Amino acid sequence: MTTIKTTAAPVRQRGIEAARARQAIWLILPTMIAIVLVAGYPLYRTIFFSMFDANLTSPDQRTFLGLGNFWFTTDEGVALGFLQDPKWWGAVSNTLLFTVVSVFLETVFGMIIALVVNSAFPGRAFLRTAMLVPWAIPTVVSAQMWAYMYNDSFGLIGRGLLGGTALLANPTSSIWAMIAVDVWKTTSFMALLILAGLQSLPSDMYEAADMDGASKWTQFWRMTLPLLRPALLVALVFRSLDALRVFDIMSVMVGNVSAARLSMTAYARQALIDNQLLGLGSAVSIAIFIIIMVIVVVYVTAFRVKFD
Amino acid sequence: MKKPAMLLALTTVAAFGSAQAVTVTLACGSVGQELQLCKDGAARWAKKTGNTVKVFESPNLTNDRLGLYQQQLAAKSSDIDVYQLDVVWPGLLSQHFVDLKGKIPAAEVNANFKGIIAADTVNGKLVAMPWFTDAGLLYYRTDLMKKYGYSAAPKTWAELAAMASKIQAGEQKTNKAFAGYVFQGKNYEGLTCDALEWVASFGGGAIVDDAGKITINNPRAAAALNAAASWVGTVSPKGVTTYDEEPARGIFQSGNAAFMRNWPYAWALGQGEDSKVKGNIGVAPLPAGPGGSPAATLGGWQLGVSMYSKNQAASIELVRYLTGPAEQKIRAIEGAYNPTISALYQDKDILKANPFFGSLLSVFTNAVARPSGPTKGKYNQVSQAFSTAVSDVLNKKMTGTAAVAQLSTDLARIKGRGW
Amino acid sequence: MYLKRTNPTLYYLQRVGFYVLVVVITLYLLVPFLWAVLTSFRKAGDLFLQPLQFMTAPSTLGNYADVFANPNFRLGLLYSLITAVGAVAIALLFGSFAAYALGRFKFKFKSAILYIVLAVSVFPQIAVLGGLYTLINSLNLYNNPGGLILSYLIFTIPFTVWVLTSFVRDIPGELEEAALVDGASPLQTLFRVLFPVMMPALVTTGLLAFINAWNEYLFALTFTSTKRTVPVVIANYSGATQFDQPWGQIMAASIVVTVPLIILVLVFQRNIVSGLTAGAVKG
Repeated sequence: MTTIKTTAAPVRQRGIEAARARQAIWLILPTMIAIVLVAGYPLYRTIFFSMFDANLTSPDQRTFLGLGNFWFTTDEGVALGFLQDPKWWGAVSNTLLFTVVSVFLETVFGMIIALVVNSAFPGRAFLRTAMLVPWAIPTVVSAQMWAYMYNDSFGLIGRGLLGGTALLANPTSSIWAMIAVDVWKTTSFMALLILAGLQSLPSDMYEAADMDGASKWTQFWRMTLPLLRPALLVALVFRSLDALRVFDIMSVMVGNVSAARLSMTAYARQALIDNQLLGLGSAVSIAIFIIIMVIVVVYVTAFRVKFD
Repeated sequence: MKKPAMLLALTTVAAFGSAQAVTVTLACGSVGQELQLCKDGAARWAKKTGNTVKVFESPNLTNDRLGLYQQQLAAKSSDIDVYQLDVVWPGLLSQHFVDLKGKIPAAEVNANFKGIIAADTVNGKLVAMPWFTDAGLLYYRTDLMKKYGYSAAPKTWAELAAMASKIQAGEQKTNKAFAGYVFQGKNYEGLTCDALEWVASFGGGAIVDDAGKITINNPRAAAALNAAASWVGTVSPKGVTTYDEEPARGIFQSGNAAFMRNWPYAWALGQGEDSKVKGNIGVAPLPAGPGGSPAATLGGWQLGVSMYSKNQAASIELVRYLTGPAEQKIRAIEGAYNPTISALYQDKDILKANPFFGSLLSVFTNAVARPSGPTKGKYNQVSQAFSTAVSDVLNKKMTGTAAVAQLSTDLARIKGRGW
Repeated sequence: MYLKRTNPTLYYLQRVGFYVLVVVITLYLLVPFLWAVLTSFRKAGDLFLQPLQFMTAPSTLGNYADVFANPNFRLGLLYSLITAVGAVAIALLFGSFAAYALGRFKFKFKSAILYIVLAVSVFPQIAVLGGLYTLINSLNLYNNPGGLILSYLIFTIPFTVWVLTSFVRDIPGELEEAALVDGASPLQTLFRVLFPVMMPALVTTGLLAFINAWNEYLFALTFTSTKRTVPVVIANYSGATQFDQPWGQIMAASIVVTVPLIILVLVFQRNIVSGLTAGAVKG
């Protein structure tokens, strides 16, 4: 770059650019140090320990296992790797179910709410404000609020609507109860993003469509949805990544032991922290990291999502 | 960090001329009565010996406590001299504690229940001294027993289910929320305790035997779990699989249950002023399975001295004092903490405060230990796998037979290259 | 418009349908929160009442008194505040430096750095949990707000860098050039010229980062044992043991930590929406 410019620009200009580049490095340095310290180095440690048998409180005493934390069968035929543990795969499939269903419902509900708020009616400002309430509530708090509503002896839903059913007691029904919490909490976020997208659409286009006699339904499918696609896809990526990392809702609503069967993160945390298995827990963390990165890449390439 | 501490130690020594009077830090509970009793006891010792005791307030939740202690011990920190240990921790933490054998007279050690001393001894090393004990008990409503024509607490689980069913049917006519039997069914350590009682009382062993062999895959254990699963949704509310100690106690204490499995602490609270069942509570040993004998899971707390303590001699003296008969007596009367010294169960003052102590002595002496000794550092995983399997049976996702077979495989995985 | 004349019945039916939808949405969004507010004003003994009786039962401030009498909760508020403010202040400072460089300067590896920042912002926290735990331990920061502040930088920094960069790019260049001609250093330019212009963006990003830090649970649960932040206190809330069920207190505690957030969000409504769309749509 600079060599091309030297022919046209005076030497002084080149000096200024070099100085600017040096200054930029200094400006960016604190951020890079922080990122290396809190993300780079810990990630390296996680990868490193995933190949060892080590205890969380005494990481210096360790034995090398290679990929033994992932897959290993002893001479007696006992499977030790977490990839051989059906509970891990249970946690993976529950997390995927949670992600797919909740993100789908959030998108549909978010779209409906955004379309409603985007049309003019008395009380619109109020609804717009009300949208922010679930989003502003901490996840732990929403989980407690819903756990209370699901309670079979006191809850508005558990006792009031369902006449004493303990939704959270059974792993099969509890995952759906938790999806409902996540949908409630994050639909507003989706609606806000979609609304921002809707408001940037040109209104003259709709006027023209009205003139041509296209129904609102046709307009939505033919114009609104295709134009919203970029904004919608980015929102989808971010919500999916969030949902794949789910931990808070499950940990609060059913406790960490049961959560380990529902969420990948809870499974990893149980190995890592509760059981102090630094090696095995790190191996599980790496697997989650890979799963999430693969999903990001798939999204980005399949839908050609642009981030800038 | 190290230098100021050393400097401080030096100045302390200089101030007192010799290292006679020292400051010992004691870790005990963090809330209400538990903390107060601990502080009072420590103050009495301090007054007696001229030393100072600093009380370190531990986290309230058992898991947090363990996490913090492991942290301190792994860092070889001398901040805490005396630790309060759950009965399932000695196997996990033994390497960090002073061997009290020989440091505390054998007669004083042997005055305690044998089972607890066994649980506190790891590879011949006495890791900690028992402070108070806990065991699972059956609570029942004396007024309802009379109303439905029963004269004695149930002796077998089948009897319990039959009685609970009859009382529940009668009471639900006026009170929809009434339940026959409540226990700790949530998937956590408490379910391990409850389920161990079922399995042991059916003659199904204690999950892993003392030699470290996995014994859970047997028909008696399976039958015990199936029996428990049959209660859920019949004599126990479906929501019982979300209860830990407090929700169970809340339901019983508000008059909405005929029977409850809980620890001794529920007694004092159930007789409290705001309890709806005050004066109507009976306590009995838990029922037995067919051909088995009653079993109660051993709980309770111990005191141990850290290897990294700078004042080991004084710390050992503190432990000796706090776990001694005088202090255990005060705690039994003021807080209903079960003594670990057999002789105290004949003490008139203690029996006056806790009438059931005497009749239930055998429950406390014969309590079944969780397999924390043989499984050592992996006990936590064993317990999680067990409670998870039991939870599947209670939720009717698996039969008892399938669950114990599956659990046996899981435990083999956890055992891996050895406990 | 045309429908009103051609088919009034259908028109009014549609309008009614629309308002029913509006009411349903409003109820859906607000009822869980309002129910929690209601419960926080009810005595423990009244929790058993049927919904209608429950709504009309006498109110009490007892739960709030109990919650504030609970030292864990009071300290939790303090630790939450320290941690969130600390993590946000560092992120805003570092983030604005970086954003200035990324938005205004030309240098090698610029897009690589942007991609690293973006990658870190989609990092699953669990991937660094074990490594951070050993790091925090070796720095002697376990059970210390400092350790939490450090760990929270993993999400506050990428977020502020990303949002502020997109904002700095949109600032007209003349402002800065004038300062540079006067011989001001980049830091002087940043503080004197850009910061005043960037104020709204700093407030927005700071607020959003604050909310994230305030709500964080996984790290707080893992890296502390007694000095816990409010989400962990609420998740493990145990009342004074004499009561039936501490639901009233849990709801009161929940309201106490939520209401300040809701007020902040409502006050800065416009900024938040623009910040969210900048943060999410652009990355």
